Parts: sequence; structure tokens; C-alpha cells
Amino acid sequence: MTELVAYLISGIALGSSFALIGSGLVVVHRVTRVVNFAQGSVAIVGGMTSATLLNGLLPHGLGEIAAVVLCGVLGVLVGLLAIGRRGTPPLISLIVTLGASMLVSAAIIWLWGQDPVTPPGLEGSVTVLGAEVERQRLLVVAATGVAFAALTLFFSRSYLGKGLTASASNPFAARMVGIDVRKMGLLAFGLAGILGGLAGVLIAPSNPLSFYSDLPLVLSGFAAAVFGGLTSPLRTLFGGLGLGVAGQLTAGYLNGSYQTEMALLLMLVIMIIRSRALVQEEVK
Amino acid sequence: MLTIDRVSRSFGGVYANRDVTLTVAEGEVRGIIGPNGAGKSTLFNLVAGHIRAESGTISLAGRRIDRLPAHARARQGVGIVFQGARVFPGMSLLANVMVGAHAHTRAGVVAAALRPPSQRREERAIRAQAEDCLSRVGLLDWASRPAEGLPLGQQRRLQVARALAGLPRVLLLDEPASGLRAAERQELAELIGELRRDGTTILLVEHDVGLVTSLAERITVLDLGRVIADGTPSEVTSDPAVIKAYLGTGASHAADR
Repeated sequence: MTELVAYLISGIALGSSFALIGSGLVVVHRVTRVVNFAQGSVAIVGGMTSATLLNGLLPHGLGEIAAVVLCGVLGVLVGLLAIGRRGTPPLISLIVTLGASMLVSAAIIWLWGQDPVTPPGLEGSVTVLGAEVERQRLLVVAATGVAFAALTLFFSRSYLGKGLTASASNPFAARMVGIDVRKMGLLAFGLAGILGGLAGVLIAPSNPLSFYSDLPLVLSGFAAAVFGGLTSPLRTLFGGLGLGVAGQLTAGYLNGSYQTEMALLLMLVIMIIRSRALVQEEVK
Repeated sequence: MLTIDRVSRSFGGVYANRDVTLTVAEGEVRGIIGPNGAGKSTLFNLVAGHIRAESGTISLAGRRIDRLPAHARARQGVGIVFQGARVFPGMSLLANVMVGAHAHTRAGVVAAALRPPSQRREERAIRAQAEDCLSRVGLLDWASRPAEGLPLGQQRRLQVARALAGLPRVLLLDEPASGLRAAERQELAELIGELRRDGTTILLVEHDVGLVTSLAERITVLDLGRVIADGTPSEVTSDPAVIKAYLGTGASHAADR
């Protein structure tokens, strides 16, 4: 029982980061129809930057926030490369984000080396239902909850959020009422950078990140996003959590080395099941 | 208010608009008619900003808009109502209209994100204005309904409300009567009549000559991309060149209506 609780909580924590990365993919895809494959690399930059900043440069809190803001800027830069030129087809933009991802990976090796990096997180652990749980994992879950609440408020209340929703709903009509759809796309890329950076900053203390963590991260995030039909941040949250829990249960009860395979298998299953819904969304 | 000066645009060497010149005065309802392929849609798209003119200028309230992208023209005061269903599905009618109202407010990015009290006041003002626009087109009772699944006539009225919320200097209507049932058409004519009484400047591009002659103060007639007549409804419908253009196509006797 205590084992199960421990696996569930660590799974939810890991799944939260998938959900954050995935919701970044959703935000960009809704507005631009581009799948932003640089999202995983941006998350790693977030984790690594926070490690560097927290190493004596900035106190806890500020260091993490600075890293997340930097990721937002990086997201906008990726957006400028991918959709900066008017009329770039989404498929070409997708390839550009793949290229940008490689570029960022190279920069990560150059700046931080090839070894996994882990920033200091919350120290200590607490007992939940008899299971020892690192406090950092609880922080991940809480921060993800706050982030999704903020995201929901942003989309439903603020003008920018409504502008993004309108651009996603009907870009042509959005332009007609005076919304600069390209600017909204860049804003979406920036928002995705923030979400990805948040994921990296939160997960790195318990799961050390290195330059090659980008693919597992973005693929898991993508699977979560596909579960949400690439349109719903909320369903992406559930997709991410499910994926994280399944991975941890596999690691716990079967074999730790099957964890990635389990995630990939679930992703394939989700994609095959959801692909029809996805195509229908596109046709609409 | 809206000045179109010697505007030309060709597609594959064929002129869709050639040296089109017309001026719409403030508060005027101007009809644009012409047989199929006359260049009405091209002219509409040139003003809306979907396509660029190859030569000539378009000005709104004395400022050139022909080089601006479509969204910037909307902010300058070009209000658009499309023939097709161009509402925002997944959003309520009120939210649709509020998006239109937001375009002319200039709350900065930071202000919008932080939502200070002044912005909340603005939000309330926008909501009130959007409700007013919905009531003008007779859709206020439906404000909280989702925009998808509305009948075509109401989708078009919703678009009118959304455009009005942007406080347009000129309202462009592209074939607003097409596809409507007779009753809907009558309601639309009444709505345009009310807008005219309120002093809205309107450019009405329409295939239905009867509708245009009953609503417009002046009518510009296009044929094969050129302006062939310009005047009051009775002047243009008795103009020999106009009658010839309509009869010449062999398909339509619209000018006789």
C-alpha cells in the first residue's frame, strides 16, 4: 500500500511535467497549427539555468522564476524562427522547430556539458498515507495545479487570452476584427516556453536532466497533448498525469528499465485511438 | 470617408478591377452591383485587405490604408461582414462581439495581463457595449448561446454586431443577402435600414439588385472590372450601359426588376 502511494505520487509529479510541456504544445498548436518540437529542449534549458542560478547567484524562488522567464524569451525566439515569416506552412514550421531543438541541444552541451545536471530542490520528505514522499514532488504537483488554474483564467478572462482563443477559433475572422494573428502566434510560443521552462525547473531536482532528455520529454508531452486532441489543456493535464503514473507503476512493479518503453507504448496507443478525432479536428 | 482611387488588380493577366474609382461620403450607404465576374468581390477584398492592389490608392478618413495588413485596417475602422460563416465557434455570442470591441481598445500587453482596476472598468464598458451591439441586431436574448449552430441569417447579424462593436468608420457587407430565406432577407434589409438611420457609413456589395436599390443612396455598377455607372438607384437602373451589361450576360434580367 505504501509502495503504491509512493509510486502514485511520484507518477503524478512526473506526469505534471508532461502535462506542462504538453499544454505548451497545445497552446501553440491551437493558434498556429504547428507542433513545437523545441518544447523539450526549452524545458531542459529551464532546469539547467535554474541549477546555475541557484548555485550561489540567486536565492531559491528568484532563481527558478528567472529561469522560467528566460525560457519564455527562448520560446518567443523559437517562434520567430518558426512562424516569423508570414505564410510559412505549419509543416515547414514544425521542421524549423525540430532544427531549433537541435540547436538548443548543442547550446546545452556547449554551456553545461554532457552530464546530467540537477538543481537543488526542496529538502526533506514528508509522510503521506504511510509513504515517504520527497517534498519537491509535492511542490511539482502544487505548482502545476496553480499553473493550470492561471492558464484557465488567462484564457477565459484576459483580452490576450480571448485574442488567442479567437485566433485559434477562426484566424481569418480574427484578422478581420483587428487581431494580429502572427503576434498572437508568437505570444503562444512565449507562453509555451514559460510552461516548458516551468516543467524543467520543477522536475530537474528529482529527475536529473541532460541534453538528450529532450526527446523523452517532448514525446511524453506530445502524447499528453494528443490525449487532449491537441486542443484542450485540461484533457492534456489528465493525459500527462495518466502517462506519468503508468510509467512509475511499470518502473515500480515490473522493471525500472521498462519505464520509457511503457510511456512510448501508451503514446502509440493514445495516438492510434485519438488520431481519428485529431483528423476530424483538422478538417473542421 | 472611404476613397478608392484608380485601383487595379489583375489575376493571371486578366484585370479583375481596372482603374476603379469611387468615393463613399460619411453616413452614405453605397451599393456595389454588377453581373457575375464584374469584380465586386475583388473590390471588397482589396478594401478589406485580403489582396493588395497593383496600382491606385485606398484611403479611409484621409489616411491611406492600401498598404496595411488586414488586421491593421480593421483597427483603422474597416468593419467587415462576410458572406460565409465567419464567427468564432466555441465562444458565446457575447464573447464573439466582445472580441470585436477589444480590437479598438488599446490596453497594453502588461495592463491586460495584470488587470488593474482601470482595465476592469474597461472590460465592463466593453461588455456593456457588446450587449448594446447585440441588442441592435436583435440577438441580445441569445447572448450566452454558443455561436456555432446559429442559422445563417443570425450568423450574419452576429457578424454585423461584432463589426459594430469595433466602432467602424465604414461597414463593408459582402453579399449579405446571399443564401438567406425571404424572411431573413427582409430582416436584414430592415437592419441595414436602421444602421443607415443611425448614420453608419456602409459599402454594400450585393448581387441582389432589388435589395441594393431599396437601401443604397448611390450605386456604383461594375462590369468586367470597370466602373460603368455611378449614381442614384433610379439613374443607374435606367442607364443603357447598365441594362446592356446585365442583358448582355444573357442570364439575368435583374436590371428590369
